[in-house]
Amino acid sequence: MSTTSLTLRQRLSRLDVKASPYAYIAPFFVLFGIVGLFPLVYTFVVSFNDWDLLKGPGEWVGLENYVNVLTDRFFWNSLGNTLSIFFLSAVPQLFFALVIAAVLDQNLKGRTFWRMSVLLPYVVSPVAVTLIFSSVFNEQDGLANNLVNLIGIADIQWKHDVAASHLAIATMVNYRWTGYNALILLAAMQAVPRDLYESAALDGAGPIRRFVSITIPSIRPTLIFVVITSTIGGLQIFTEPRLFDVSNAGGIGGSDRQFQTAVLYLWEMAFFRRDFGEASAIAWLLFLLIVGFALLNFLVSRRIASTELRSAQRKASRALLENSRAVRLSGRITAGAVESRSDR
Amino acid sequence: MTATASRPVARASKRGLRIDRPGFLTYGLLAAFLIGSTYPLWWSFVVASGSNATRGETLPLIPGGNFLANASKVLDAIPFWQALLNSVIVSGAITISVVAFATLAGYSFAKLRFKGRDGLMLFVVATLAIPTQLGVIPLFILMKELGWTGTLGAVIVPTLVTAFGVFFMRQYLVEVIPDELIEAARMDGAGQFRTFLTVAIPAARPAMAILGLFTFMTAWTDFFWPMIVLRSTNPTVQTALSQLQSGYYVDYSIVLAGAILATIPLLVLFVIAGRQLIAGIMAGAVKG
Repeated sequence: MSTTSLTLRQRLSRLDVKASPYAYIAPFFVLFGIVGLFPLVYTFVVSFNDWDLLKGPGEWVGLENYVNVLTDRFFWNSLGNTLSIFFLSAVPQLFFALVIAAVLDQNLKGRTFWRMSVLLPYVVSPVAVTLIFSSVFNEQDGLANNLVNLIGIADIQWKHDVAASHLAIATMVNYRWTGYNALILLAAMQAVPRDLYESAALDGAGPIRRFVSITIPSIRPTLIFVVITSTIGGLQIFTEPRLFDVSNAGGIGGSDRQFQTAVLYLWEMAFFRRDFGEASAIAWLLFLLIVGFALLNFLVSRRIASTELRSAQRKASRALLENSRAVRLSGRITAGAVESRSDR
Repeated sequence: MTATASRPVARASKRGLRIDRPGFLTYGLLAAFLIGSTYPLWWSFVVASGSNATRGETLPLIPGGNFLANASKVLDAIPFWQALLNSVIVSGAITISVVAFATLAGYSFAKLRFKGRDGLMLFVVATLAIPTQLGVIPLFILMKELGWTGTLGAVIVPTLVTAFGVFFMRQYLVEVIPDELIEAARMDGAGQFRTFLTVAIPAARPAMAILGLFTFMTAWTDFFWPMIVLRSTNPTVQTALSQLQSGYYVDYSIVLAGAILATIPLLVLFVIAGRQLIAGIMAGAVKG
């Protein structure tokens, strides 16, 4: 009696050990499968059908939706706008994030205050940011034109001109995300061993030289991370163009679609024109583009990293040789600095 | 020459000082960043507390006395309090669910041994790069079939779990829980779930707080999906706010009063939990 109950308990305990790990990950996989992966896969199915928002699924049309999308000049227009806004935001954003991170990566007074001050825009929602900047870039009497007038430039058509509207939208994205990315880069910069900088300073490298040849290579993985995440986010930009000029353009990205992005066009196709089939085709093409971009980013930056790593290793070993010679000569430099150099 | 000049630097660094003491340029730049991030908000408040004419001024700095009047016009134009309540419910439910399931799965991936673990974890990491937002059309069809369009459930359900959450908790727990602690709990006769509750949860608490904070903020600021699936009569804060400028004539003092009103809850959160937010971004970066 007692032995059987023991084995039963043992058996239960073994089941507990075996099954629990799966039970704990199951909720994630089940829910993610239903609301994350299934919709993506099913988008593929919808894209081969004639499918109206109200009437539901119609006939199987094969590749017709894709042909329609690929020959649609509005689609190419939205893709061009997306890329233009993406570059106008990604490049300055990365540059300023690096500058801000480098400035914050010092022995500052009031460190937390300065960090909070650059993060503040992140807590303003994209909708609020867009309302604010929609007002800033208002063409008649907005802040932007007031400032531009101050330096003797005539009013800019921020909501009508293609380039100006892209710049305005990129400004909103940059406003919200630059400080956030700066903090990510700052974290990576703080992990760079300080004695690397010190020995570089001993070698006579100035601050900019140190930044370019020590900081940047050391934080490269984080830099790649920031580039990839901002690519995935940047190519899906929606809220800002959707709400930038609602009163004139009805929220489809400008009266002449001058700042209509791809996701905004997808939304218009699905919920304005009610064509779920073509909208799904747009979604899939966009999906391929985003994943492709992310992969390209990853591969290119890895290739750059590996070639630079090789040259850096060569440089480092040369420097190490010289350094050890210098140590023998002067005996002034601490062993710690040399060790950390050879570690890298 | 260079060597003699840099010698004091070497000595200074031995005392634990940095190479460069931040000077005027540094604080000047910091002040510029501060102005860059705060002035758009301040300007909004100034315009929101004046009349539409305030915007005519080149660089308005001093707020007027109309903020409450403009704010009450916002409350007339959109169902703000209902939107606030809806946003609290939606963001709260999403946060609890994401944190609970992420901790459970993250613990399993970090500390338990089972077949297929590495493969499944790789799958989680790979899905981090997938733009799930592009699945909106089937998601909308699904919600329509279920009759959930217009309800808060339709907003909550699609984000009950995130791959990022699982990844984040796994990275944290793999480092903070020593295997011996789990063994010890096992020795004491604790079952798997009891071990999870008594060992993993207490250790995971700081990471759960950070994940919760970010999940809440993301849910609160989300616009794309709520705008698609909700109606204007039952909005979240973001979708309600977007209605403010839908008229033909836009009174920016009211629109901006709305933007300020909607930002206040997150500003309060920022003042209370700003340090944690910073720590979270910086921790995620090092591990990510």
